Amino acid sequence: MDSRTPTRSEAETIADILAGKTQLYHELIRPYERRVYMMALSYVKNEADAEDIAQEAFVKAFRNLSTFRSEAKFSTWLISITLNEARDRLRRQAVVRLESLDDPPDGVTNVSPALLRDWREIPSEAVERAEVRNLLQQAVEALPDIYREVFLLRDVEELDIKETAQTLQISVSNVKVRLHRARMMLQKQLAPQLRAVNRPQKRRWLAWS
Amino acid sequence: MVIECKHVWNHISEYLDGTLSEETRETVQKHLDHCEICSAILDSTRNVIVLTADDRVFELPVGFSERLHARIALELMAPPD
Repeated sequence: MDSRTPTRSEAETIADILAGKTQLYHELIRPYERRVYMMALSYVKNEADAEDIAQEAFVKAFRNLSTFRSEAKFSTWLISITLNEARDRLRRQAVVRLESLDDPPDGVTNVSPALLRDWREIPSEAVERAEVRNLLQQAVEALPDIYREVFLLRDVEELDIKETAQTLQISVSNVKVRLHRARMMLQKQLAPQLRAVNRPQKRRWLAWS
Repeated sequence: MVIECKHVWNHISEYLDGTLSEETRETVQKHLDHCEICSAILDSTRNVIVLTADDRVFELPVGFSERLHARIALELMAPPD
């Protein structure tokens, strides 16, 4: 059919969906599956619940598509629906999340990094090791909510600072502060751990014998 | 201008993003050029960001996409409210 179909703008696709070509919704959401899931996971920290929230968010976005205002970005709108869904779910489940109460307000204490004298680059192939993946996942999951949200959008999903601010409805300077703290907390936690697992294999074999 | 390590740490994130003012960036750069601790902190932070951003760290559950689109398909068949 139309060879230009893949480059259609989102606004056009949304207009077509609202005009009755509802099947196009499948295509509209494909680029955002991962981002929506990640944001849900950042709240519930449980794959099954995160998947549930992601599905609900995509269904809600479809049902409310006519309220989407075209001056916003579809992805920003979708993420805010996801975050609302995740927060609602937590409230309904009356899950007590102590760490949320512990979220330090912006403006307090700086995070000191782990002090090192030299750093030997850990190559990306290291993430193929389950041990390394687990360390990285746990460190991100352990971040206070307000820092984890910013970190995931900015550094994992690679939104720019302005988009991150719009998505979370916070100021650009708040994004910068939270991102900085998130990164420093991760460095503090992960640098010593990664360095330890990245020691030459020989030493680890000795340790096991 | 000479600044202490502690002050350099406050600028690491923006240094990595390239959003520091020219003046601050130069001051930080000068410090980094002779301070191995701050250089190691910068390098390890950059490394940690690259690793955590790797798609293989956080993967979608197997079958996520299929289940999602099956759910959407059901929704599309449902009569509007």
